[in-house]
Amino acid sequence: MAWTWFHRCGSPPHFYRIAGKLVPWFGTLAALLCIGGLIGGLVLAPSDYLQGEGYRIIYVHVPAATLSMMAYAVMALAAATGLIWRMNVAYAVAASCAPIGASFTIIALVTGSLWGRPMWGTYWVWDPRLVTELLLLFLYLGYMGLRSAIEESGRADRASAILAIVGVVNLPIIHYSVDWWNSLHQGHTLLKLGAPSMPPSMYVPLIAMIFGFMLYFAAVLLVRARGEVLRRERTARWLLEVIGEG
Amino acid sequence: MSGPLSAGRAALQLIRRDLHLALRRPGEWLQPLGFFVIVTALFPLALDADLSRLRDMAPGVIWVGALLSSLLALELLFREDGQDGSLEQLAVSGLSLAWLLLAKTCVHWLLTGLPLVLVAPMLATALGAPAAALPGVLAALLLGSIALSLIGAIGAALTLGLRRGGTLLALIVLPLAVPVLVFGAQATARAIALEPLAGPLYLLGALAVLAATLAPLAAAGAVRISLE
Amino acid sequence: MMLLSADNLHLWRGEQHVLRGLSLRLDAGECLQVTGANGVGKSSLLRALCGLLPLEEGRISWRGQDMRRDRPAYHRELAYLGHATGLKADLSAAENLRFSAGLRRALSAAQIGAALERVGVGALHARLVRQLSAGQQRRIALARVLLCDCALWILDEPTANLDGRGQGLFAELLQEHLQAGGLALVATHQPLNLQDPRVNVLELA
Repeated sequence: MAWTWFHRCGSPPHFYRIAGKLVPWFGTLAALLCIGGLIGGLVLAPSDYLQGEGYRIIYVHVPAATLSMMAYAVMALAAATGLIWRMNVAYAVAASCAPIGASFTIIALVTGSLWGRPMWGTYWVWDPRLVTELLLLFLYLGYMGLRSAIEESGRADRASAILAIVGVVNLPIIHYSVDWWNSLHQGHTLLKLGAPSMPPSMYVPLIAMIFGFMLYFAAVLLVRARGEVLRRERTARWLLEVIGEG
Repeated sequence: MSGPLSAGRAALQLIRRDLHLALRRPGEWLQPLGFFVIVTALFPLALDADLSRLRDMAPGVIWVGALLSSLLALELLFREDGQDGSLEQLAVSGLSLAWLLLAKTCVHWLLTGLPLVLVAPMLATALGAPAAALPGVLAALLLGSIALSLIGAIGAALTLGLRRGGTLLALIVLPLAVPVLVFGAQATARAIALEPLAGPLYLLGALAVLAATLAPLAAAGAVRISLE
Repeated sequence: MMLLSADNLHLWRGEQHVLRGLSLRLDAGECLQVTGANGVGKSSLLRALCGLLPLEEGRISWRGQDMRRDRPAYHRELAYLGHATGLKADLSAAENLRFSAGLRRALSAAQIGAALERVGVGALHARLVRQLSAGQQRRIALARVLLCDCALWILDEPTANLDGRGQGLFAELLQEHLQAGGLALVATHQPLNLQDPRVNVLELA
């Protein structure tokens, strides 16, 4: 039963329709959660006794960083699915993930840098999270660069799929090695707020923002993936029928 | 006509072939070594000739130099075989492509990675490292260069035949090589400070083993895709 | 049961639908000549049959079994000659054979020498390939195909750069191969002047 659903998702017209129905739901929920989270985090939550008001940037920074990693995992999973089951839709999803994930990474880097400024007086500190985000950005750029450098679309799909899989296997290793490096040099660490020491009024909005970002990612991913599927299937008959309907 | 070769003997034949080829064009294969020496020599010129200060920088200088020259050397791994059709012949030979690519990467490391390993102690001394540190420097670079060659092979296979593949290769390989850089530089730093370096050395070894098992598979998949 | 059969092959190269539901059959002792205008997909068909290009749809069977199930076994019985000769420019003719066909079969120097004689370049066995003409290189590539001792030959423009005598030589080699029970798929514009007229022609459009 799950298998037939899976294969149906892989068929472009079905994916196009289902995705189209899901986008408004995801989008609305995302908006609600984000607005609630921002109100909770920026207005209602108390100020931190160490960092004052400056810490509030975590309500954007942490969700962005979390999503940047999640987007890479989704991209690698979609690419692997495309490689194993030869699904064009899966490759379309993977291709759509990359720019979104890269944007989240840039947001995480910028917010992290802005966070560092009031605390350490400088725009960049070699914090392990920021370094990992930077390397993650390079992984995304490598994926997008490889895709655009290969002209033949089938070969581009498959080659970038291998890169995504190699990257996702390496990501924990990179993360571990950067943390290890940081522990040796006792560098600055941005996130001094640990979950157990945070009162609920602080971490509930954070969780709301994380889920809000997740749903936002899902919505934007589906929109982009639909566009990508359209582009790939532009000569197919089902498309003419859809255009005829709508 | 006699029967098919076993995988091991076929790999040995391939190694012999690549060694023959390299010996006919030695100049090409010496370039990465020259690059390594030049780049390492640039740092004292750009920064400070004071040996005690150079000693602190030595691990970073050596490792960044080794990383960049191994990137340069990757050009030599698959490019010619891709162009003259011999890579294609390997792909339809009925032999395990991953195994054959591992053999090719071994030769490539022998010709481009091993020279770096052998020259590194001299460069480390020139940057102020004590003589007792040199075995540690050697060991760290030995394991690290093996890992770098294997990781680089994946990138080389993915960018085979692409125009301007060089910059893309760097963009792809460098993030993946960061763990090797981190552990390797730390091992070298501890060696120079005459501290025990078993920890990072084991981690380097683990990376090399992981690379040796997985990289040929990824490279074989990438080569098949590049041959399309 | 046909030794080689392909059913309903669909192949896309980027946006182009190159092969549309192609099927073919080949048995021992038969030769299939693939012709067609430039760019119609002859090379793509041959490469797909070698397993170098992934097919969107369709099935290739060798000895009744799907080729994908045991690709190495299929490749062990396949000798492929593509556009690129697969020769290393910095090795001599004999060394090239030793390290290409010699990767697949244990070969003696005598066997290599005999193969080079057969294709008419015996005197060049110690010359570096970069010093030889395109026609001579093609002959060495044919020697490699001979030395592989495979049942199935897939050859893409094997007579390219060959002079009249070279083409006659190729016809002889092909004839011997077919008479010994081998199969051949040859993409070429030239007519294959075989004495035994069991040549089927597939024209791609």
